[in-house]
Amino acid sequence: MTEAPQRPVGPPVSDADPFAPDALEHPEPLHRALRAAGPVVYLTRYGVHAMARHEEVHAALTDWQRFESGSGVGLANFRHEKPWRPPSLLLEADPPRHDAPRRVLRELLAPPALRRLREQWTAAAESLVGDVVCAETEFDAFTELAGAFPLRVFPDAVGLGPDGRENLLPYGNMAFNAFGPVNDLVEADAHRVGELSAWVNAQCAREALREDGIGARIWAAADRGDLTHEQAPLVVRSLLTAGVDTTVHGLAAALFAFATHPEQWQRLRERPELARVAFDEAVRWQSPVQTFFRTATTDVRIAGVLVPEGSKILMFLGAANRDPARWHDPDRFDLGRDPSGHVGFGMGLHQCVGQHVARLEAEVLLSALARRVERIELIGRPRRHLNNTLRSWASLPVRVHTAV
Amino acid sequence: MVTTSTTGTGTGLRTGAVTLRIRAREQVADGVVALTLEHSDGARLPDWTPGSHIDLVLPEGTVRQYSLCGDRWDAHTYRIAVLREASGRGGSTYVHDELRTGDRVGVGAPRNHFPLVPSQRYLFVAGGIGITPLLPMVHQAELLGADWQLLYGGRTRASMAFREELTRTYGDRVHLVPQDELGLLDLDSWLGTPRPDTKVYCCGPGPLLAAVEAACASWPPYTLRTERFTAAAAAPVRATPFQVELRRTGRTVTVTPDMSVLEAVRLAGADVLSSCEQGTCGTCLTPVLEGAPEHRDSVLADHERTVGDCMLPCVSRSCGDRLVLDL
Repeated sequence: MTEAPQRPVGPPVSDADPFAPDALEHPEPLHRALRAAGPVVYLTRYGVHAMARHEEVHAALTDWQRFESGSGVGLANFRHEKPWRPPSLLLEADPPRHDAPRRVLRELLAPPALRRLREQWTAAAESLVGDVVCAETEFDAFTELAGAFPLRVFPDAVGLGPDGRENLLPYGNMAFNAFGPVNDLVEADAHRVGELSAWVNAQCAREALREDGIGARIWAAADRGDLTHEQAPLVVRSLLTAGVDTTVHGLAAALFAFATHPEQWQRLRERPELARVAFDEAVRWQSPVQTFFRTATTDVRIAGVLVPEGSKILMFLGAANRDPARWHDPDRFDLGRDPSGHVGFGMGLHQCVGQHVARLEAEVLLSALARRVERIELIGRPRRHLNNTLRSWASLPVRVHTAV
Repeated sequence: MVTTSTTGTGTGLRTGAVTLRIRAREQVADGVVALTLEHSDGARLPDWTPGSHIDLVLPEGTVRQYSLCGDRWDAHTYRIAVLREASGRGGSTYVHDELRTGDRVGVGAPRNHFPLVPSQRYLFVAGGIGITPLLPMVHQAELLGADWQLLYGGRTRASMAFREELTRTYGDRVHLVPQDELGLLDLDSWLGTPRPDTKVYCCGPGPLLAAVEAACASWPPYTLRTERFTAAAAAPVRATPFQVELRRTGRTVTVTPDMSVLEAVRLAGADVLSSCEQGTCGTCLTPVLEGAPEHRDSVLADHERTVGDCMLPCVSRSCGDRLVLDL
């Protein structure tokens, strides 16, 4: 913390492309190189700075005063570039405008508020797991479990109508691709932007939402003046954008982890109360959200390196979550570890407002599986689905051995 | 804005009871001292929003609530202002007579029952020390480009904290009404005609709140927002160790004043997931089976605190000798 009046030095540079297919498929080598290069690295290909060590990433995520989100948390700098959609009132906003939407969602998604969902979601998980493992012992755990469960419970909790829910995952995929550069992944979605956005925007209207859901409660908050009526649909949109794909790929990370670490599955079966820790450990280990950008609000000096005001900084959450300076044997998935303090949900005032929803979904699903399944094993090559921001999946072929 | 120094202290957020150091103590008006609080190691403090208050735990164990009236863009200090209340319960007297620069006090996570909601126009009405939560609000209203006015009454000009700072910064948006010069606030002319595009924020003594509520009776619902500190008869905070029983694990640990419940139960082998360790994210919420938690978080609402069936062990503690947790 000493502030020696030294001349800032240039950061180490890298010409790596973190959004290239190879890096998205296997990010670990790039993460290792970036962590080793220094606390801040300059990525020449995109003209942005990057942080990959836990200490700096954690500190910068917390320091909203110097690392803002309002200029966009993707590569596009909203100071100069037009956002592809009206910016999020949460993810892409700073205090003071961030305050009211955050407060409303935080209260609606706080652990005490979710208690009313636990019983219902436990039953839904039992029913899904029962259907899947009774029908067959070999199946795709990505499509049948990870991809299915959030869509069974979350849209109902929000209060969406029955039609068009198949649009949720493609919309999220598109939104998370849009934080990266305009590469093939973004081009591949381009023809659906209008259609998917129109569907999602239509679901955010008061009339489209059931009266007993979280969406309706957001509108009720607007009726009380806690939000404006113009803000309400955008806050609902945040639930629909950030609340589905992330959880799906977080659950898939946990299932992949257990399919490849049978001894950890045994541990969970012996101590089912480890389900919450297990999910956070999977989130640490796989980091379903790999990266987010921030923008420096002022000249910031980090370990002697000057990051000029207005610079975009790419935060490697996934690299921070496997930083050996913070985690012992970081590449190991280990239920004996305390994963507290990982940045898989971010940190600070933008930390994932739906984290307790994700944990509840994971806890009930893993617990239901642990009651019925003795062993999960891979029976084919798991396939990734590439996304500029999400560490996501296409297929997890497994065989389960059910408990007698 | 800070332009040098490294980016904070990494994971150096303190766990356990937060003790802050009084960095500065300043007389800001007749009978009003402002305290600037900081971590002795310079760490960031938990974030807050205008309208928030903190629990101040005085050395002899009494707890008082004070609104934060500093600058949230300064992540390293909190500022509160305390009026000496001769007829009060002793907390303000202690602050005035005993606390000095360099002393340490316990502080709970900021909580906000008086948030600034979006509006095109605001009318802020302050009575005396009730200016404190409104001070960051007027700053925020200015940042948001809202049209706002501040009506600020006090017994005498000299008793009105921050009056010079306010008039210097905001000019004729600020209307100072010292009672000995100008009489009581003319609420009828300010509030007589309901304005649906205006939110009214009022903080001050009970009679002022009652008068503003009466004057706003014909205003649309939810336009008036008030802050009143109820003098809840909170038990003194214990400065002595207490026992925590982990019912499922079958162990009991002693929590000493220098450690958090979270640290203690982890030492006993409990796997409790946490994240912010500042009482703000809610990750470590733990069911309480017996005993009365002393809540210091910013997550649980008042009614949830009263029920007392769960707590955030990263910051919250125990009122009594013993807590039983479902761990």
